[in-house]
Amino acid sequence: MNKPLLGALVGGILGVFDGLTALVSAPETAPQIVGIIIGSTIKGLIVGVLVGWYASRVHSLAKGMIVGLIVAAFFALLIAALPSPDGTHYYWEIILPGSIVGLIVGYATQKFGTAKVRAV
Amino acid sequence: MTTWLSNTVVDHLRVVATWPELPGDRYVIERPIGRGGMGTVYVARDTLLERDVAIKVSNAPVAGSGLDERLRQEAQVLARLEHPGIVPVHDAGQLADGRMFYVMKLVHGETLSAHTKRLLGEAAILGVFERVTETIAFAHEAGVIHRDLKPSNVMVGRFGEVLVLDWGVAKAIEEEAAASATRVGTPGFMPPEQARGEATSTSDVFALGALLFWMLTDAMPPPARDDALRVLNAAARPPRRLAAIVLKCLASEPSDRYSNAAALAADLARYRAGQPVAAHRETTLERIGLWFIKYRTFILLVAAYLVMRAMFAFVR
Repeated sequence: MNKPLLGALVGGILGVFDGLTALVSAPETAPQIVGIIIGSTIKGLIVGVLVGWYASRVHSLAKGMIVGLIVAAFFALLIAALPSPDGTHYYWEIILPGSIVGLIVGYATQKFGTAKVRAV
Repeated sequence: MTTWLSNTVVDHLRVVATWPELPGDRYVIERPIGRGGMGTVYVARDTLLERDVAIKVSNAPVAGSGLDERLRQEAQVLARLEHPGIVPVHDAGQLADGRMFYVMKLVHGETLSAHTKRLLGEAAILGVFERVTETIAFAHEAGVIHRDLKPSNVMVGRFGEVLVLDWGVAKAIEEEAAASATRVGTPGFMPPEQARGEATSTSDVFALGALLFWMLTDAMPPPARDDALRVLNAAARPPRRLAAIVLKCLASEPSDRYSNAAALAADLARYRAGQPVAAHRETTLERIGLWFIKYRTFILLVAAYLVMRAMFAFVR
């Protein structure tokens, strides 16, 4: 499996899981859970593809994880910037776990998956 | 007019007079660097290519003796085994008196005996040892057994290359199986069956095990398994799986060892990758430990994520 596809798969699965955890960490968001899961999954897919694309070009576990962290934190910030219906922002609840998801995707795409071999 | 030569000059001339007389003027012997039972190795200058080479000359008292034949066989084995871990042969021929010689690359480096003293840690030792194992595995695949592996027959070059030397008693595997019981090898590095003149590829595996034991402990392996394990644990405290690999090589029954050097190399690679090895049956706890070590970063990240999520759930 190539790295962008692997990144999308890992990011998507973690995105679904990350969205579902909102039921535990913020039960009052239950009415919006479908939207949260869809948003979180799309975020995971985008982060996964970007981080996987980076991993197919740069082979460094540390750099891959840092890029995963930054990209995931950025997209988590975009989502956190959208307020819930009651106007509350969940910055830390979204950005911190989301960043760790980015680290995991960075790690997975550096360790596993096949990078394209470019002809010289 | 009388010219007197100093004693030093006379002594030097005496020594030089014992050096072999090479045919032609291409190679000029400069100095001897080693003497074994079969031949003497000299540093020589290749005047055609303007480089230093090593020349091994048969110690046979007369041309055409068994030593000459063995030197010829060694040159042929070396020429056949083209591998980065084996010194390449450039040329071969006969001296003016009919004895055999061959010319090979001059390796600048040190023997394994000297090099191992500077190796720090298990990973560095295994790095060098794996190169020896790979070379022997290549020879086994080509149908050749070395029969005399020991620290003085392994050299580490100045670029870190690991070379297995002295293939003088090496034999083709089928030839050895049909051969008469000839006792060759070095005590301590030679398995019981080789001492009886019945060497096979598993005999090289025993020698590799003895070599690894020596690299880890700086001692020769005792014949009894329990004694070997005790010395190994006292001197090196290797992980159980590595100790099991060494002891499997050193088994007195050839059928209990790895079948050849490639099987040993594969098990060592599994050990270094943190995977289960053939020499040791892991307990469930050990398997979990190995799995945890292998995926520790991933497990820690997932744990960090779950802890953070739990923290947000409880702090609210």
